[in-house]
Amino acid sequence: MDAPSYNMTIVRSFIFWSILWGAVAILVGILISFQMVMPELNFPPLFTYGRLRPIHTNAGIFGWAIGSFFATYYYMVQRLCRRPIWSNGLARFQLWFFNATIIAAAVTLLLGYTTSKEYHELEWPIDIMVVILWVVFTINIFMTVVKRREEQMYVSLWFMLASLVGVAVLYLVNAAEVPVSLFKSYSAYAGTNDANVQWWYGHNAVAMVLTFPPLAVFYYFLPKSTGVPIYSHRLSIVAFWSIIFMYLWTGAHHLLWTPVPDWVQTLAMAFSIMLIAPSWGSVVNGYLSMNGQWHQMRENYLVKFLILGITFYGLQTLQGPSQAVRTFSAYIHYTDWVPGHVHMGTLGWVSLVLFAAIYYLVPRIYDRQLYSVPLANLHFWLVLIGQLIYSISMWIAGLQQAGMWHSTGPDGSLSYSFMETLIEMYPYWWARAFSGVIYLLGMVAFIYNLFMTVRRGKTSASTLQNA
Amino acid sequence: MIFWEKKPVVFLLLAVAAIMVGTFVTMVLPFAWVNTEKDRIESVKPYTPLQLAGRDIYIREGCNNCHTQTVRPLVAEVLRYGPYSKSGEFVYDRPHLWGSRRTGPDLARVGGKYPDAWHVQHMINPRSMVPRSNMPAYAFLAEYAIDPGYTRKKMDVLGFPYGEEQIQALSGKTDMDAIVAYLQKLGSDIGWREAARTRFAGELKNPYQDDSSIIPQGQALYTEHCAACHGEDLTGDIGPDIHDIDMSDADLYEILFNGIPDGGMPAFSQLGPDRVWKTVNFVKYYKRH
Repeated sequence: MDAPSYNMTIVRSFIFWSILWGAVAILVGILISFQMVMPELNFPPLFTYGRLRPIHTNAGIFGWAIGSFFATYYYMVQRLCRRPIWSNGLARFQLWFFNATIIAAAVTLLLGYTTSKEYHELEWPIDIMVVILWVVFTINIFMTVVKRREEQMYVSLWFMLASLVGVAVLYLVNAAEVPVSLFKSYSAYAGTNDANVQWWYGHNAVAMVLTFPPLAVFYYFLPKSTGVPIYSHRLSIVAFWSIIFMYLWTGAHHLLWTPVPDWVQTLAMAFSIMLIAPSWGSVVNGYLSMNGQWHQMRENYLVKFLILGITFYGLQTLQGPSQAVRTFSAYIHYTDWVPGHVHMGTLGWVSLVLFAAIYYLVPRIYDRQLYSVPLANLHFWLVLIGQLIYSISMWIAGLQQAGMWHSTGPDGSLSYSFMETLIEMYPYWWARAFSGVIYLLGMVAFIYNLFMTVRRGKTSASTLQNA
Repeated sequence: MIFWEKKPVVFLLLAVAAIMVGTFVTMVLPFAWVNTEKDRIESVKPYTPLQLAGRDIYIREGCNNCHTQTVRPLVAEVLRYGPYSKSGEFVYDRPHLWGSRRTGPDLARVGGKYPDAWHVQHMINPRSMVPRSNMPAYAFLAEYAIDPGYTRKKMDVLGFPYGEEQIQALSGKTDMDAIVAYLQKLGSDIGWREAARTRFAGELKNPYQDDSSIIPQGQALYTEHCAACHGEDLTGDIGPDIHDIDMSDADLYEILFNGIPDGGMPAFSQLGPDRVWKTVNFVKYYKRH
């Protein structure tokens, strides 16, 4: 087989930068988690919780997750299409423009230039940078697919292409705003409309950025890691088309009990429940691909990351729909239960799958063996324990605070003042802050392992053949 | 192999179509329901220049990361915050600021709850007004001046009505003045506080008359809810001196329960009758103790 000259430099560079932004996201996350328990750690005007929290989420979603997806998409698209990237020049431009955008985002958010819309805080000039970035990326991936040398598009390519157009539609619609000055704009939508558009965006950004891309990665890297194909192609087809159809109906489950029209809320609730099926379609497909291969959970650290990752995806897609039911939402919405849920998805599902992909890629790109498998196992356990402490402590905190918020006495009056409910949260918030430190230690093991692989790892002829 | 598995353009068109169905129904269609004439509430007015400047400071500082602005139609929520939010109250909100997490309390109806002086002190040092609060201090807001010209431009972009004198009045105002003005506007356009007043039928009777054993409980309630304004020793600070208040138990109870909306005294009905009576007994009888 003649090996086309794949562009691995761009994959390598995106991996490097995404890990860097991921480390920033975790460090800022730890800082703000300590600010929750020690308000004196706020240093106004720049370093307050209110300004730092969007930096944490933006660095995590746009720096770490999307940066890694740039890397894995560019890798997968070349392998799955059996040809180099359509334009190396565009890809290189994208790398530097990506970093410029992330830096511009961090600086402007710190200065308080924000639209306030969750996961879409960036003001209009940086919105434009994001759009340019995405158009360049989309064209490059799409043209590579169009000019492919493999007739059939593998399931990973479906999820990749769907996420590319999905993000474009979401971002453009939610970004509609009227500029007042260079760093200030007002939304094109008002009040309840603005809220509904925003959560149509916010929820489906979870689909297009934190579900489809990691599924693409999972569908590619699981068979690559185990050496056996995905269990059912037909199940992949059903799961794919049903998830991209159903996801878009569910945004208003973030707005249950608000002034958004009741019928929109009810539709969102119903479709959220239905969404369990296509989500679990992928989970089951992953599990059944392990038939006869479960021993690899012991022997192959990559499989451990991937299978735990898809397991958290499965749990996430059961917990999410349950939160989308009006009665349960009435109880847990606005409490710490929700950050507990979110971090199971980001720290558990998305990051575990990305760790696996990066562990797979780096030794192959550098033609090395991984520096230390035990260290990779340590990384696995640290991030797993850190994430579990985070999520479980926040679920308990959320249930307790919700109970106190809703508790009324025999005469019908409220049992607790707001502050009485907040004070009870401090022990959980301490636990959360330390869980972040544990996760950070795992990240340090990860980075050290990769660094030593590149610097000192043994060269391996076999990895090249397997690549 | 199904046809779309080898035709990327066809595949992309099908994927967009699949995405657009739910998008159209749940995101586009609701525009026909929301912010229509039926939604409109006559008494809800656009922001004044000072309030709008304050709203933009609220956005700049990311207050929405910890405070929501929607009261849900749930019993405990209406008791704690006031009447549930209606769509018509938000027609001038670009963007909406409903938020998603209540690390701090909901602010949809905070307008008129406290006097301005309470907010200023709370911004400068949150823990002096609310012990053990984890809110960051925003003392620096008092050091930044509002830019009248820029605020005028914002009013024009949003198409809100304003008078020249309102713009003139902005000179000399700080970010602190603006954010307090904004907070005082929140949720107050529908004039609910007067309607929410409890009217007592019959004679109010102090259930703890001559029962000095509950004074310590009353003191604890006073420290948590009253001391920030009336002083630890009841001699007053933001609120008046009440150390030798001369008023019947029933009148004092009614003031604590309903507050004095125009006088800056918050209502404490959310504490329930029992705790309000305990506080009354502390305030009136602590000296005998």
